[in-house]
Amino acid sequence: MTTETSILEGELQARLQPIVERYRGKRGAVIPVLQEIQGVLGYLPRKALIFVATELSIPLAEIYSVVSFYSQFSTVPVGRHRLEVCTGTACYVKGSHQLLEELGEKLNLEPGQVSPDGRLSLATTRCVGACSMAPVLKIGEELYGEFTADKIEQLLGSLARREEADRE
Amino acid sequence: MFSKRRSEEMAPVDTLWEELKHAHIASPAERWILLCGGLPCSSTSCCEVKKATQDELDKHRLSLEIKEIGCIGDCSEGPTIIVYPEGVIYRKLKPDLAREIIREHVKAGNIVERLLRGDPEPREELRRREKMPFYRRQSRLVLRNCEVVKPDIEDYMKHRGYSALAYVLSQMTPEQVIKQVKLSGLRGRGGGGFPTGLKWEHMLGSPGEEKYVICNGDEGDPGAFMDRNLLEGDPHSVLEGMIIAGYATGAGQGFIYVRAEYPLAVRRSMQAIEQARENNLLGEDILQTGFSFDVELRTGAGAFVCGEETALISSLQGSRGDPEPRPPFPVQSGLWNLPTLINNVETLANIPIILLCGADSFAKIGTAGSRGTKVFALAGKVRHTGLVEVPFGTTLREIIYKIGGGIPGDKTFKAAQTGGPSGGCLGEQHLDLPLDYDSLLDIGSMIGSGGLIIMDEDTCMVDIARYYLDFTQDESCGKCTPCRVGTKRLLEILTRITHGEGQEDDLERLEYWGRLIKNTALCGLGRSAANPVLSTLRYFKSEYVAHIRDHYCPAGVCERLNRPRINQEICRACGLCARICEAAAISGSKETGYRIDPALCTACQRCLEECPFEAITGGEKVHA
Repeated sequence: MTTETSILEGELQARLQPIVERYRGKRGAVIPVLQEIQGVLGYLPRKALIFVATELSIPLAEIYSVVSFYSQFSTVPVGRHRLEVCTGTACYVKGSHQLLEELGEKLNLEPGQVSPDGRLSLATTRCVGACSMAPVLKIGEELYGEFTADKIEQLLGSLARREEADRE
Repeated sequence: MFSKRRSEEMAPVDTLWEELKHAHIASPAERWILLCGGLPCSSTSCCEVKKATQDELDKHRLSLEIKEIGCIGDCSEGPTIIVYPEGVIYRKLKPDLAREIIREHVKAGNIVERLLRGDPEPREELRRREKMPFYRRQSRLVLRNCEVVKPDIEDYMKHRGYSALAYVLSQMTPEQVIKQVKLSGLRGRGGGGFPTGLKWEHMLGSPGEEKYVICNGDEGDPGAFMDRNLLEGDPHSVLEGMIIAGYATGAGQGFIYVRAEYPLAVRRSMQAIEQARENNLLGEDILQTGFSFDVELRTGAGAFVCGEETALISSLQGSRGDPEPRPPFPVQSGLWNLPTLINNVETLANIPIILLCGADSFAKIGTAGSRGTKVFALAGKVRHTGLVEVPFGTTLREIIYKIGGGIPGDKTFKAAQTGGPSGGCLGEQHLDLPLDYDSLLDIGSMIGSGGLIIMDEDTCMVDIARYYLDFTQDESCGKCTPCRVGTKRLLEILTRITHGEGQEDDLERLEYWGRLIKNTALCGLGRSAANPVLSTLRYFKSEYVAHIRDHYCPAGVCERLNRPRINQEICRACGLCARICEAAAISGSKETGYRIDPALCTACQRCLEECPFEAITGGEKVHA
């Protein structure tokens, strides 16, 4: 057991331990624990799943069955900016599938892929409930309504400026 | 006949609404500014608009309140501000326009006519929010707070918030509460339409040391956003309904289950729970009445099936969201095998209204089998999109044309999709059908949670059926074979039809598989998964036939079936196209006019280029 948890050395262990502690002893805690860990790491690496399984005494297979069932969870890294095209009905009727295709061409990414520098990833999301603004592009918690592929350069520019500002 | 019944039934809505509205604008003479802070508005630079408004007010030393409310539901037009007491609504704002409004309207007292937007209403109707058809024709009971009350407890309490709860806890027994809910005729707003009072009664009678109340906010239907709006704009109403449900059914613990895709709704619900705790409206010995109840918030993790109540329970227990066969029903054996009441967000938001205004008044709204109002999420090819609350029994025509302003761009209406992936598509023949639970079931659709997507002539109905099956097939949990395999087969058949590879007997096959799934799937979502196919087959069969027999997509959506068409009004029947067509796909005469046989056409586009009158359009080059 110690060999498994020891993979989580240093900072990672320090970041995940408090999450597990907060839910220890609570029934049905697996999903909120995984959600919080993904919130910290951006995705769920195998070693984090082993950590949860060990700490909460739940078989790893059961953890995997949960992770693979829910679309929110990702076991592969995602970009720092996750571009998600809404696939809701209103968005579909207003051409979200074309938007996804055009964004893919412009960014040279397939849905589900991450750019080599780890900065951008392209994906789809289930309906975000902003149907009046269809088609919608979601980045993090922000929504960009009535989005067209030709607006992407401008948007990437403003993301870059924000990154710059964050660094300073 | 219907219009007469309707007008009789409209009156109580207005009285109820008037009564509730009086509590709202405490001092009508007061000047204040409302700013919409819903998710769509706040993602369209509403922060900058708010800052600009505040800066300008400060600059002119005007001290009046900017009230940021949850969401007014007019989402296509944000960011929005409303200037009171006139109630003038300014939409699609930019920071500099907001500054101009403060200078011109608030300071100098002149309405900025130039900035009133909202074609096609006459200008004078735009000056006041309540005169605009989009609002005027609605009956906003459940949404009443979303447009005037801030989503915090102080403002909610100023508007009779938690007074229903206080009354219930001090004056009523659980049985009396249930009796009122039963009398009101309220039915579940999540889709099933089960009578709420009856469910509560079963729950009260169900023995168990501990019992749970779950608020189902897993609004997974694509194209629905009623619950998002309510949780963002009026979370305390939902919470109040939940505490009352707990009291009436003997539960001590509640859970609000919200989709992870709704971050703002999650934050506002969390804040509402904390504020209620601080005010002794949750926790031990609520309002010193001896009743204890607490609520925990859980977020979904992205699974459509979790909207089904037994699957939601599995998810709360930390497992995959697999549904269980019923019976036993959750009210008998639910979360941790204990009695569990599951109600939808909008259902719970109706509870304080029923208790404030009386079950009798409430039961006068709507139709015989469907009492009260329903919030629809109007979206798609319609001029004004957003939330629309109307009494049950309102027609599609009223919603689409009178409230929604009709179809944009001179296109014609083709279909309205109700109930998301569990519902069906209605056609032109249904425009005058009074919408309620039973009328929609009769024609093979359902009210569902209230998603209402409008489609025009440019939407292909086969493609829409394929879209929904793609969704349900992907979201099927896989537990039962009819849904897991059946949706896959349906999708395969629909896909080949949209690719022009459909077979003559595919329609029968779709019908067969659809009925099989409907009759044998495990959960409600599985059993209704074929509805989009069966309803489009029923009302739009000719489109399927055109795809299969003529290899032609009438809406021009299915890429591989897009063929050039001759516009008969422009065509002079010169016959040039028929002479140059290498595939011999064009035939006709001077008398009958010319037509292109889509089955023979190779979409080479020569006719399109050569036509001297530009009468031929469409037909992207076929890839294959």
